[in-house]
Amino acid sequence: MQKRHLIPLVYILFLLLPIYWLVAMSFKTTNEILSGFSLFPQTFTLANYRTIFTDPTWYWGYINSILYVSLNTVISVVVALPAAYAFSRYRFLGDKHLFFWLLTNRMAPAAVFALPFFQLYSAVGLFDTHIAVALAHCLFNIPLAVWILEGFMGGVPKELDETAYVDGYSFPRFFTTIFLPTIKAGVGVTAFFCFMFSWVELLLAKTLTAVYAKPIAATMTKTASSAGYELGLLAAAGTLTIIPGAIVIWFVRNYIAKGFALGRV
Amino acid sequence: MTIELENVTKRVGAVTHIKPVTLTLKPGQFNVLLGETGAGKTSLIKLMAGLDPAASGTIRMNGKDVTHLSTQKRNISLVHQFFVNYPHMSVFDNIASPLKVAGMARSEIEGRVEQAAKLLQLTPMLKRRPQELSGGQQQRTALARAIVKESQAVFLDEPLANLDYKLREELRDQLPDLFAGRGAVVIYATSEPEEALMLGGRTALMQDGQVVQFGPTAGIYRRPGSLAAAQVFSNPPINTAPITKRGSRAHMGSAISWELTGAAADLRDGDYTVAVRPNYVLPVRDRGADVPMTGTVLVTELSGSESSAHFSLPGGSWVSLSPGVHPYEVGRDHQFFMDASRCFYFAPDGALAA
Repeated sequence: MQKRHLIPLVYILFLLLPIYWLVAMSFKTTNEILSGFSLFPQTFTLANYRTIFTDPTWYWGYINSILYVSLNTVISVVVALPAAYAFSRYRFLGDKHLFFWLLTNRMAPAAVFALPFFQLYSAVGLFDTHIAVALAHCLFNIPLAVWILEGFMGGVPKELDETAYVDGYSFPRFFTTIFLPTIKAGVGVTAFFCFMFSWVELLLAKTLTAVYAKPIAATMTKTASSAGYELGLLAAAGTLTIIPGAIVIWFVRNYIAKGFALGRV
Repeated sequence: MTIELENVTKRVGAVTHIKPVTLTLKPGQFNVLLGETGAGKTSLIKLMAGLDPAASGTIRMNGKDVTHLSTQKRNISLVHQFFVNYPHMSVFDNIASPLKVAGMARSEIEGRVEQAAKLLQLTPMLKRRPQELSGGQQQRTALARAIVKESQAVFLDEPLANLDYKLREELRDQLPDLFAGRGAVVIYATSEPEEALMLGGRTALMQDGQVVQFGPTAGIYRRPGSLAAAQVFSNPPINTAPITKRGSRAHMGSAISWELTGAAADLRDGDYTVAVRPNYVLPVRDRGADVPMTGTVLVTELSGSESSAHFSLPGGSWVSLSPGVHPYEVGRDHQFFMDASRCFYFAPDGALAA
């Protein structure tokens, strides 16, 4: 093996080590995990996964998470598309300031908004619903979505719009049948980032839910405290939590490179 | 079908992009908009296409006021300088798109697209995506989309500028045939005087957002109405210098003078600007070029069969463009000869005097 392969290999090994450890743990019993150091599961068990897929408090955690994350992704992209189009195509008073202001929404830590959201949603009866979490996450994801989409739309020449109008396309028809397909890579990248941010965000999701819309990450932390240390179960839950992200990354991997090239991701 | 512009202007903020333009464009021959980059050709096209609103004035198509009519309702075609096609559609769907939007029957669309594709040699590429085509083929796709529908007006905004030399010539030869026999008004913007001359028809010379002259292309070339028109319609740039007319002679500085003939001889004595195309300033006494002038050679260019030399005169820097190869030495004085019968004389206000 050549020397130059060594450093990336070591790097990747270090990156994958915690993931490997998590996956290995999920196939071990809790006793084995606590008893000492072992590289492979000594007594291979699927019991942890079985618990998750049969116990509603566990699998509903996943369903809840996927529900509000999907909801948030759809809302973010749909709301951001017209906004990004306006920013990329029109000059209006204060457009640059508005664009920057949108981004500043991402600069405040989520904890700042937890209390006002909790109070507001409790007052209007949104507390512990999927839409509550989805809307709260829009606070971070819509600015991000506008930012990314604007980059992709800016790469489409204005002449394309003009050509379509000359051909007779009305604006809605142009936007849906010509413009959207043209920037579909951008829409994919945007959806991916909205999905990821919403998927990993824990603080707001935990604060705004109690029972019916509780996310998987909240279920995991609760289990750790009440039912003793069920480490194997937690590891299995953790492994399952990684999977949706990995799947989404697989689908948009080619577009992500494009996004990086545009300097917006 | 005619397009009439009446005192049409365009402003962006406080900046005037198009000063009042009044023009009547007719079908049958090319209407060329000739001007340098930034002269307002594209702005004027966008006004006529309805892509930008006019600040004032009236635009009429076929006598009907369309000033406030949307682009979609004007029934026009437009080809941009950059190759603009719908990237996610096949070439067939690209060409068919204006017909589909108009709600034409599938069978008729197919016939028309195939005909347009045949005219532009795109038949083998119909199933491909625009990005898989060469630049010339992409622009031919855009042209096919422009001719496939029966539009009232076709705007070609420097459609050949981004093509290489060979393709440009090929397409330019083909262009007049594509639009022959249609009732559409064809408007062709270009920054190259040669292109305007080759396309013929009528030319509107544009400078600083204004149409400085409009008329038959060859006529304008032979007799530019103003100094601005002469400057726009010359490549390399036309030579100009201030002169003084005294009696029957014109004097440029103290060293150069010549006998005036024709209408120029009847001018009142006074100050004028002389303009002469570079191909009438030669390094040898030949073909009517007999007014000697000596200048210091600044730059020389050799392009195979033609030599050009920039040299300094009291009135500014001049260019000589001559057939054949001539040995110039940069920095040395050289004698050139001007054909005085080819000179234009402009009054101080820029209008053609003789």
